[in-house]
Amino acid sequence: MTEHRSHQDDQDVGTTGHSWDGIEELNNPLPRWWLYTLYVCIIWGIGYTIAYPAWPLISAATPGLLGFSTRQDVADEIARFETTNGQIAQRLAMADLADIPADPGLNSYATARGAAVFRTNCSQCHGAGAAGVQAAGYPNLLDDDWLWGGDLAAIHQTITHGIRSDADDDTRWSQMPVFGEILEPEQIDQVVMYVRTISGQSHDAGPAAAGAVIFAENCAACHGETGMGERALGAPNLTDAIWLYGGSVDRLRETVTYARAGMMPNWSPRLSETDIRAVATYVHQLGGGE
Amino acid sequence: MSFLDKHKVLEKNATLLLVGSLLVVSIGGIVEIAPLFYLQNTIEEVEGMRPYAPLELAGRDIYIREGCYVCHSQMIRPMRDEVERYGHYSLAAESMYDHPFQWGSKRTGPDLARVGGRYSDAWHVDHLSDPVSVVPESVMPKYAFLKKHLLEGTYIQDTMRAHQIVGVPYSDDMIENGQRDFRVQINPDGDYDALLERYPGAQVRNFDGAPGISEMDALIAYLQMLGTLVDFSTFNADVSR
Repeated sequence: MTEHRSHQDDQDVGTTGHSWDGIEELNNPLPRWWLYTLYVCIIWGIGYTIAYPAWPLISAATPGLLGFSTRQDVADEIARFETTNGQIAQRLAMADLADIPADPGLNSYATARGAAVFRTNCSQCHGAGAAGVQAAGYPNLLDDDWLWGGDLAAIHQTITHGIRSDADDDTRWSQMPVFGEILEPEQIDQVVMYVRTISGQSHDAGPAAAGAVIFAENCAACHGETGMGERALGAPNLTDAIWLYGGSVDRLRETVTYARAGMMPNWSPRLSETDIRAVATYVHQLGGGE
Repeated sequence: MSFLDKHKVLEKNATLLLVGSLLVVSIGGIVEIAPLFYLQNTIEEVEGMRPYAPLELAGRDIYIREGCYVCHSQMIRPMRDEVERYGHYSLAAESMYDHPFQWGSKRTGPDLARVGGRYSDAWHVDHLSDPVSVVPESVMPKYAFLKKHLLEGTYIQDTMRAHQIVGVPYSDDMIENGQRDFRVQINPDGDYDALLERYPGAQVRNFDGAPGISEMDALIAYLQMLGTLVDFSTFNADVSR
């Protein structure tokens, strides 16, 4: 049995004076540790508002004695990294593009930095492993088949200005005609068969022979008489087994009928010259660089 | 002490307690929130901001309808790693015509504050239709149905008027031509000069490459303009802000 104790038995702390139905509230003091923590917090709070931006006044808030600014903070942090890498980054920015692969120190820095740039900005289309997306219009960067050129200068140019990017006046540009408006469906089937012939795929010889004539009249101007393509126009080589939009009869028919015009953004406003050079070096050394 | 002993009065009168609480909470609001509306260093004007073009506004409504903000933020924080990945940190003024703002609070996917111009339209169509077709590790759901739903823009002027009421400076001229601007933005062969005059920097393309104005068109028009209005090559960050 617990013994009933009235408050009179306790230390004489008195009551708060509140009484509800005869139940009274003891006026015990707050625990010391709690009270002192509260006082410390109050003092900390006052100190904080003096040290950091805090109190709103007429046109601005008090700036604080420490002069803290989030914007200054991030600017300092970026500057700190730029200084750390400053020397070699500067060398990368100034070097002759063709000399980069021959300089081991510069090359390994550019490749490592370029890999980071690639993963952040390029992998969404070209894939994390740079293999592109097969037959969907996202080029594989691992092979040596280049639409617009595969030496460092050409890759650098492509990344800087993009391809068919409205936002850049110096962008690489070409436009395949919509042959659905020029040729009859039967003629398109024939030229598709011819393209299947020169790329070494199964085909019907009859329509392919007729297609050769149509090819010479309509396609050879850009893709070359032998279908080897023309890099100045970004016209792909049609004689290899590499297809940006697929090499099946259906896909080829679609390509000829509606034309293709892949677009790559110009990265010059988004990436620094050093970053562009770094990622160009990275892509160049993936396997197919010229 | 006699004043402090009076709390009994407050505690025994519910209405008085309510009024008292309201008073105390208001002081917090007046000190912490109200100054943000008048302090010079919290209201920074930036060059280039304009209200959304009608098609972009429709795209923004789809963005909200589909709950994109649940997984994507639109707020690049002022930290080096964020700036390196996404571009210049977001400015308050860049959300000035957003009602409500789309800052978001969770990033399952990447931040979209500066996604405009980062990818081709075709990539957006492929990615929205089936995200894993281009990003194999993606957990984003498919939104292929956006291609099928065609928009008439029937209520676009009403939407603009609603935004005007909450403070977006849509002029009467803008609202009057809302329908027209809505339709011309996907038509590169159309007469879009007036659109560009009303909404500088608006991009005119057939965004989804298919006939008609689909929800896909509107959403991509919105995504492609995100974060593109302020020219950061000429923007000078005032560190006191």
